[in-house]
Amino acid sequence: MTEMTAEAVRAEARAWLEQNWDPNLGLIAWRNMLVDSGWGAPHWPKAWYGRGLPDGLVPIVEEEFERIGAVGVAKMGIRTLAAATILAHGTDHHKQKFLRRILTGEDTWCQLFSEPGSGSDLAGAMTRAERRGNRWVINGQKVWTTSAHRADYGLLLARTNVDLPKHKGLAYFILDMHQPGVEVVPLRQMNGHASFNQVFFTDAEVAPEYLVEEDGDGWKIATTTLMHERRGADAMRRYVKPSERPERIYREEAKEIAIDLEPYKWYPQRAGRVDLVIERAKQAGRNSDPVTRQEIAKLMIMARCAEWTARRARAAHQQGRPQGPEGSLGKLASSYIARAANHVHTLISGADAMLTGKDSPLNGIIAEILVSTPAISIAGGTDEIQKNIIAERVLKMPKEPRFDTDRPFREVPKNALPK
Amino acid sequence: MRFSFTDEQQEFRSVVRRFLEDKSPTTAVRRLMETDVGRDPEVWRCLSRDLGLTAIHIPEIYGGQGFGISELAIVVEEMGRALLCAPYFASTVLATTAILKAGTDAQKQALLPDIAAGQTIATFAFTEENGRWDPGGITATATRIGEKYRLDGVKCFVLDGHSADLIVVLARRPGSEEADGLSFFTVRGDAAGLGRRRLETMDQTRKLACLTLSGVEGELLGEEGAAADPLQATLDIAAICLANEMVGGAERLRESAVAFANLRVQFGRPIASFQSLKHKAADMLLDVELAKSAAYSAAAAADEGDDELPALASLAKAAASEAYMQTAIHTVQIHGGIGFTWDNDTHLWFKRAKSSEVFLGGPAYHRERLMQIWKV
Repeated sequence: MTEMTAEAVRAEARAWLEQNWDPNLGLIAWRNMLVDSGWGAPHWPKAWYGRGLPDGLVPIVEEEFERIGAVGVAKMGIRTLAAATILAHGTDHHKQKFLRRILTGEDTWCQLFSEPGSGSDLAGAMTRAERRGNRWVINGQKVWTTSAHRADYGLLLARTNVDLPKHKGLAYFILDMHQPGVEVVPLRQMNGHASFNQVFFTDAEVAPEYLVEEDGDGWKIATTTLMHERRGADAMRRYVKPSERPERIYREEAKEIAIDLEPYKWYPQRAGRVDLVIERAKQAGRNSDPVTRQEIAKLMIMARCAEWTARRARAAHQQGRPQGPEGSLGKLASSYIARAANHVHTLISGADAMLTGKDSPLNGIIAEILVSTPAISIAGGTDEIQKNIIAERVLKMPKEPRFDTDRPFREVPKNALPK
Repeated sequence: MRFSFTDEQQEFRSVVRRFLEDKSPTTAVRRLMETDVGRDPEVWRCLSRDLGLTAIHIPEIYGGQGFGISELAIVVEEMGRALLCAPYFASTVLATTAILKAGTDAQKQALLPDIAAGQTIATFAFTEENGRWDPGGITATATRIGEKYRLDGVKCFVLDGHSADLIVVLARRPGSEEADGLSFFTVRGDAAGLGRRRLETMDQTRKLACLTLSGVEGELLGEEGAAADPLQATLDIAAICLANEMVGGAERLRESAVAFANLRVQFGRPIASFQSLKHKAADMLLDVELAKSAAYSAAAAADEGDDELPALASLAKAAASEAYMQTAIHTVQIHGGIGFTWDNDTHLWFKRAKSSEVFLGGPAYHRERLMQIWKV
């Protein structure tokens, strides 16, 4: 057996890339080679397109890709969550059918969890899945579904039994999005973008083999997906930069990146664009106003402190020390920073804060900040849920009494169904 | 290391924490805060002789331990946590740093070993009745008479000024303005012409005095008229140390608030199970952790000789001031009526939070200073 030392892995990856990398290949052809060799997802099991490398050695492989300029497998969007969930809970048939095309980027996925009636309380999903003959039949509505309009498959959390307690009556399906019972309608946000969709199911169908694990295991499997979502959230926020090199494969990748990033193009503005503040204050001549100066300083102090707090968490992780409370605070801090940044940009812009589009400062960027920051304290877990998690898991404060978990779901008070 | 402590530093912290838990329980704090000098001589002896804490950042050639600001910051953080009643901040942080930054080698040799040993308790008198923390506020004068200097003026808000053995005094050449013409002097606590009056302080754990200098003979410390730079360097280190002291106190308060909420039962359940309390507690944790990050980074920057030090000092002081005060307000609120009583310990830290918020300049002052350093 070869020992998996960092240097052995580096040498092996380099040798393979030097022998096989060709920027004039098509994107899909190249990625199929990565899938066959295991270098596209080296931390995946050997049986399923990986090389069984520990997570810690993956950056070494990535460095070798970067060194030679090689394009990697498709990594953006919900497809990575689909892959992680299928690897953990799927059958061999699922793995065979889906994993390769996830890595090549040929298939796009979406996550069908949130509903109009269940946002923070995902386990309260009301979309029904009923067994009729040799089919599961789906009726209901999902919402906040990124990329649903171009997705091939959806990860669906649906209720199969209303007589069981809410967490027990759920199942997890892989749903084919290309069918008559699935209707995707864009959802326009208060900032004018439509990054998300509503998905309506009217007798949509799922074949029995696309139920993941058993009926009743839905919540457990959804938890796997959500865990990977949380873990990957930081990586998603980083902007993937397309290469400007001329060869065919770079052009194909750039096109893919542009499509994948489309829903996220306002995300920097959602975070408040602290980077613009000082320059804007100087340009607008507001840097002489003592009140504005105080508010700028408060914002910059909070942003720097949050950055250092994240670095403390990383340092503890790198030293193998148990994570302290500093590791759980990043999301909440981002909300407060975005809100403070909105306030400061408004102070700096004065009357211009009433304008949007081309009439607004920086060709609409400022206006986009002002109407986008409210999203950050809601998306991916509201501040309120985040604070409950911090209080209960980090500070060990007792949970609130609940009235929805120990009785049949049909008896639990719910939101009225939308018209 | 900027974002984590070494194993040695962590071990050092736990030694200091154990010592202070033993020597400075709130019963001791309450006893000492009622006294005039506000310290226990036996505890001072232990912390200086046995633990060498008064020597911590003094170089070995001057009888010190030779550690850095990061270690000094650990000590004051723990002292802030325990609310230790002692002239440590006056002597080891303020006066020692001023002497280190301004003094000649011979003066350091002469002054520091006794301070390091805890035998001399020193302080630094710079602020005056106008309460300004910048050099422009200094009006006390130093008039040269032959080889001697004659000091006149009033120094106010002087930490432990009524009881210190040695006072580092900041004064200016008559007729000079702002940062020009400033010099440090040393004055003995029993010098002729020195009037000392302890001020009645809201925070009884931090003793302040008003000093009246009427023709007091002072010995020049360092170079005449060149105190501006060492003064700023001293105040930066002091602000960093105060920020660390504050986050220590804030964390203790935060912990006490959660502990109380877990015990206190209303409406048939611990009040800690109510979301209104949990959300407050989560915000308190965020405030304190963010302020800790700034305090730790600033201390590490001081040891690394980072150019950003003045900015980080003000940043850390502003962040800690807001976090400590906010934590104190929330902690009283979480305790409810009992939190407003004298018998409950919360007010001891609440008052320290208030005095620390203002001491060395409030958060608005430091935010404006930060904006000026960043050339906004």
